[in-house]
Amino acid sequence: MGLDAAMLPQVVSALETKPRLPVIWLHGLECTCCSESFIRSSHPIAQDIILNMISLDYDDTLQAAAGFQVEEIRQKLIKEHPGGYLLAVEGNAPTADGGVYCTVGGDTFLNVLTETAEHAKAIIAWGSCASNGCVQAARPNPTGAKPVHQLISGKPIINVPGCPPIAEVMTGVLTYILTFDALPELDRIGRPKMFYGQRIHDKCYRRAFFDAGQFVEAWDDEGARKGWCLYKMGCRGPTTYNSCSTFKWNNGVSFPIGSGHGCIGCSEANFWDNGPFYQRLSSVVVPGIEATPDKIGTVLGVATAIGVGAHLTATVAHRLSKKPLTDKDQPTADKSE
Amino acid sequence: MSTRVVVDPVTRIEGHLRIEAILDDNSHIGEAISSGTMWRGIEVILRDRDPRDAWAFCERICGVCTTVHALASVRCVENALGIRVPQNAEIIRNIMFLTQMVQDHVIHFYHLHALDWVDIVSALKADPDKTAALAQKVSPSFPLSSAGYFRDIATTLKKYVDSGQLGIFQNAYWGHPAYKLPPEANLMAVAHYLEALKWQKEIIKIHTIFGGKNPHPNYLVGGIAAAISMQSDNAINMERLNYIKGLIDGATQIVEQMYIPDLLAIASFYPEWTQVGAGLGNYLVYGDIPQNGISDVSKFRFPRGAILNKNLSEVLSVDPTDTSQVQEEIAHSWYEYSGGKTSLHPWEGETSPKYTGPKPPYKQLDENARYSWLKSPRWKGNAMEVGPLARMLVGYASGKTEFKDVVNDALGALKLPATALFSTLGRTAARGLETRLAVRWLLDEYNNLVANLKAGDSSTADTSKWDPSSWPAETKGYGFTEAPRGALCHWIHIKDAKIANYQIVVPSTWNASPKDGKGQRGAYESALIGTPMADPQRPLEILRTIHSFDPCLACASHVISPDGRKLSEVVIVP
Repeated sequence: MGLDAAMLPQVVSALETKPRLPVIWLHGLECTCCSESFIRSSHPIAQDIILNMISLDYDDTLQAAAGFQVEEIRQKLIKEHPGGYLLAVEGNAPTADGGVYCTVGGDTFLNVLTETAEHAKAIIAWGSCASNGCVQAARPNPTGAKPVHQLISGKPIINVPGCPPIAEVMTGVLTYILTFDALPELDRIGRPKMFYGQRIHDKCYRRAFFDAGQFVEAWDDEGARKGWCLYKMGCRGPTTYNSCSTFKWNNGVSFPIGSGHGCIGCSEANFWDNGPFYQRLSSVVVPGIEATPDKIGTVLGVATAIGVGAHLTATVAHRLSKKPLTDKDQPTADKSE
Repeated sequence: MSTRVVVDPVTRIEGHLRIEAILDDNSHIGEAISSGTMWRGIEVILRDRDPRDAWAFCERICGVCTTVHALASVRCVENALGIRVPQNAEIIRNIMFLTQMVQDHVIHFYHLHALDWVDIVSALKADPDKTAALAQKVSPSFPLSSAGYFRDIATTLKKYVDSGQLGIFQNAYWGHPAYKLPPEANLMAVAHYLEALKWQKEIIKIHTIFGGKNPHPNYLVGGIAAAISMQSDNAINMERLNYIKGLIDGATQIVEQMYIPDLLAIASFYPEWTQVGAGLGNYLVYGDIPQNGISDVSKFRFPRGAILNKNLSEVLSVDPTDTSQVQEEIAHSWYEYSGGKTSLHPWEGETSPKYTGPKPPYKQLDENARYSWLKSPRWKGNAMEVGPLARMLVGYASGKTEFKDVVNDALGALKLPATALFSTLGRTAARGLETRLAVRWLLDEYNNLVANLKAGDSSTADTSKWDPSSWPAETKGYGFTEAPRGALCHWIHIKDAKIANYQIVVPSTWNASPKDGKGQRGAYESALIGTPMADPQRPLEILRTIHSFDPCLACASHVISPDGRKLSEVVIVP
């Protein structure tokens, strides 16, 4: 690039002295699994991100200061760097009863979020809580918990769903922004296409068993020991968009299906209310699961009894496998048998 | 006029906690209130769902102590349905439990608690050669102890500070007179903060192997989902076992050669903190790590029991199935009970949230009114502390040799009497000593698994009660564990194959609870009383004592049902 060797020290120095992007990481109603996942990242490791890549100026989980000193930092950033910091949100905001179900520094989390979002450069909604509501927003959502995109408008929001998201997906999103100084390409519901573009099922190493009609029929059966397909045990891989079957978890050690349990679909909106988890999926939508509480028990018993027997023929599976699933397919409990 | 110190948010914890302390004329804490400032309502959300799914919902109560609620939940459902899991499943659950405990305690020490004792700015003044000498003296076998290693760390730190962007370390209490470590000890601790951050993602891979991911690995009612087959490359096999063994060896080194030596070295500079933060002196332990099924309490590695008034000569018997032992009060909580009742058993679960606190944004809470989303659980009317100190004391007082040895070793090294344990520093030390036991037991349990496999048993799940048609129309059960933060119990009522009622009493609710109707403070509040504060504007002393409990507020404050609906009565089936 025609760079004079004598100039090299200045270039290196410029790179090293370039200010790191300030990040405010807020915690609302959540369980901190996203933060825990983040520090599991193997490439890059959390140390490199915190010390060399970003300036993590506010994060109540790791912050040395507490109380008003920590709130001071947030206020200062908002005032001195409007539009210059990235807002990462873990958890969501309760909206019922004036937001009293989550307060920080004496104010509602809803106010803290709104105030901080207003001057953010962009927002990363970490995990299913911030992206689509997750467990506290499951029926009957007693606190009126709402994900970020339902509360904040006029700002770019990147949804990174999962309970939690895979560590390297989290750090991948962050480093993409730093490297390209741009947001990653997002799909129609705000997820980065690079990590949520395909279904787990489409890339699953057990897919060949699905196609061959070889299924785990009961826990710890011969099929389980041979690592056959978990579709009949309720696996949500066919309707879940995530990178679990490619990146796997904790630096590629395994992923839920690889360790013998079906995917529960934790990166999909409303996954908690699309159960029970051990009822197998069907592409056939059968209404009724919410009909009456009495019916649920009966139906559940019947469906599961069939599920654990050997009655499910490969026909159903083949019917499913030949019908390509589309974005519109939703996981529904199969009570058609 | 008395000074009121407000710390909100309390950082380096899980969840949302507010502490208010009122200082007397000598700048000692005379009154303290602990307020949980969030709730999520998980128990209500569980209602009407498939009991076999409950573990996944419960697990999401907390992602820091991930697994513990899942474990309590599957035990709870299994107790209700009369399932005894296969021995491999019991051992693997023990391995996952111990992995969690070791990882969580190390993270707590270095990433959530160390900065209360370690001054990062002082570390800039350290001489790397002297730091290496100190490290080699403190832990002669630990390989990362050369002058070059510490010079690298010092350079990294200097570059970071020179950048002017101090990130999570800005605006903190550096230079506070309560910091006592010399620069070299501070630099060593900074180095190990970073080492622990790298290591925590390794040990946890044991969860990934058995549960597919971490945080939030998968559990299963009836056993574990991962099958075992020595003849398959697609199950738990020799390669996976070897992987686990390597991770356990790595953990042993980190605990024995880094964590424990650091803990003792740092503790030796803070003897005054053995005189502060004792708190209640009452301790409660449900016990865990079964060796002969969860119903054989006598074979637990962590023995069950309670201690009152620091009396180590008597371990009182605890029975989670005795409906008279645990009660929850709401005198200072944002709830109301019908008919003017003041105290209820958890399974009566009558909970009407009624926020009567100040309208946000507010400046202070009223210690004489209701001030928390947490209830006040009490054991036989007593406020109790739960957690590592409780477990070590009950083990010690029960005469268990393993417990006595690690406790006496540490007390001997620090030249302290046993009474030093009743303190902020004692609580922090107990967590480390417990980690020593946990990492040994981790290897023991691994060896048990291998022995059981060699004996020809490869079963991992009991599916005889998987099908809900095999269940009674109505049944009840309970499941407990010793989470890293203390005693945890779940109760379930199953009706027509659905959850009719689910109740949880968690460790941080015990510890962070507000005052009860008799005015008895919770464990945090009690431990803060009498603490001297050097500079009320910089509440380092409050953080030390609160962090010594390792607060987990997402756990503590989920235990609610909204709308004043009365939860149906659960009778515990032993």
